[in-house]
Amino acid sequence: MSRTDLDTGVAERPQAPKAAARPSRPRPPLSRELVETRILGVLKWITIAFFVIATVFPFYYMVMLSVRAIEDVALDPGALWPPRGVSVAAFGEVLRSVDDGGQGFLVFLRNSAVISVSSVVVTLGVSILGAYAIARLEFFGRRQVHFLFLAVYLFPAILLAIPLFVFFTRIGLRGSLFGLVLVYTSQIVPVTIHMLRNYFETVPESLEEAAALDGASRLTIIRKVSLPLAMPAIVATSLFVFMIAWNEFLFALLFLVESRQNWTVSLGLSQLAGSIEVSKTTLMAGSVILTLPIIVLFFATERLLVEGLTSGAEKG
Amino acid sequence: MRRRGPTLAQQEARAGLALLSPTLVVVLVMVVVPILWTIVIAFQDLRLRNLRTRLFDFQLTLDNFETVLTSPGFLDALKVTLIYSIAGTVLSIGLGLVAALVVRKPFKGRTLVRASMLLPYVAPVVAVTFVWQIMLNPELGIINAIGADFLGWDERIPFLEQQTGTISILGLDLGVPTALIVVILYQAWRYFPFSFLFILARLQALPGELDEAARVDGATPLQRFWRITLPQLQGVIALLTVLRFIWTFNEFDDIYLLTQGGAGTEVVSVRVFRYLTGRGDIGAAAALSLVLAVLLAGLLFLYFRFFVGRVDEADAI
Repeated sequence: MSRTDLDTGVAERPQAPKAAARPSRPRPPLSRELVETRILGVLKWITIAFFVIATVFPFYYMVMLSVRAIEDVALDPGALWPPRGVSVAAFGEVLRSVDDGGQGFLVFLRNSAVISVSSVVVTLGVSILGAYAIARLEFFGRRQVHFLFLAVYLFPAILLAIPLFVFFTRIGLRGSLFGLVLVYTSQIVPVTIHMLRNYFETVPESLEEAAALDGASRLTIIRKVSLPLAMPAIVATSLFVFMIAWNEFLFALLFLVESRQNWTVSLGLSQLAGSIEVSKTTLMAGSVILTLPIIVLFFATERLLVEGLTSGAEKG
Repeated sequence: MRRRGPTLAQQEARAGLALLSPTLVVVLVMVVVPILWTIVIAFQDLRLRNLRTRLFDFQLTLDNFETVLTSPGFLDALKVTLIYSIAGTVLSIGLGLVAALVVRKPFKGRTLVRASMLLPYVAPVVAVTFVWQIMLNPELGIINAIGADFLGWDERIPFLEQQTGTISILGLDLGVPTALIVVILYQAWRYFPFSFLFILARLQALPGELDEAARVDGATPLQRFWRITLPQLQGVIALLTVLRFIWTFNEFDDIYLLTQGGAGTEVVSVRVFRYLTGRGDIGAAAALSLVLAVLLAGLLFLYFRFFVGRVDEADAI
């Protein structure tokens, strides 16, 4: 940020706009290079500041409103700092059970946790086997299968939602957490297979062959050799699944809206917004409760997650 | 025992299919069958209240398509969907590219900056849409407060409820679709991190020699960006364009939570949802979602045919 003194570079701008950059010259004039480097150097920090403010401020604002009283916000909506002290009353209201006059978010937190963890377990169980098969074993349709999975993403979620809605209504699974876990698994499996497959392919095959020569069966090889080596990718994939399941809204809305005891935090919060007697600051307290677990998880594992998601992207 | 059985290749093929079968079952039952079933439902007279009796009534009809294609507002929704998808895609990739370029080289605090740039993408959609709603709120929101205090706005702007606003430029009053613009800006804000992540990964894998050689030859930073760096990013940008367009075109959550599809922001998927839950007209909802899918397939076909010229882009996934 202390680079603003470099602004003097702007004064040199009129000089020689087109003269540079001919390879035939032994020593090209550095002026344009210098001007551009300096201007870009300043612009770079301005841009970084812009992006950081644009991405962080809404979250700061969320936390700030959640600890202010609504009357106070109405009086002074432009405040960047809680002017009249901090109060955590809104959190109490959101978390308390309905019987105690609250909104019952503790139950929603438990539901979200159950759904997300179950989705991780089921999705990983299914996709580790599938990804290993696609990465390692030669069988008919191996390439096509992979492509078919990705084709899932061509179809809007709302299209899939219709028959699943009908189906779950008919068999009585609508409103159950189990049905939702199945839906999430089917939606995420194509991506997790893709992520894990990329990683399995980087594990040296010779290790597995050595184990096979020692008489280990296929499943033993996966469990004892491939899985430990692929641990970073598996952790990254688990986090990815957890976040998707925790954040998901449309299917939760369609399937669970009529059974309040099974609401997730996302659904509970969205339903809260509909009632008039709930103040905006309470809504923000709910948003903080919904967001906090994800942000904590994300900052704790950012590097791992980013590498897991973009592995293979370097190839372009 | 197993030594004298099938050949090694056969064994491998069998093991492969066995390991893949749980995935296949899940995807078949929860994805492929539902897609095919949607096609059937689209031709049935199926409503929420006659679900018990009509589900297996296979008297197929085109009524649903007539209903959804001729209903008032369908063409508007289509137009909004297209504008939203194209503008949202371009903006989110553009912002992602700029963000990736500025954090390309290491500096102190870079990891933290990178992580915070990913926040909009990882945070729950319900929470971030609510924050935007309150920030843009006419009475309580900080944007209107700043506008009134510092920018001299005469009246408060209901950003998410105003279909058309007027701005005066050089004495000319121009009508602008306020809510649609806000929703597009939101889309760019929330999804640029996705492009950022992938462009940054590609940037850091680029070999440095080309750039270095151009620098030695006297190419300035901007010239090096346009002539050396950008061409090497073409592949990843083309791929992101396809992915982001597909996802934005099918987008539901963000718009539904921000505006409920009001004030000129009703995209087709929100209409599908309305048919499904508001009217309980399952057949019409299925028909409209099929229309959406077919349109998307058509647009993608055109893209690959005329803009990319080669289909092997798909291999890059």
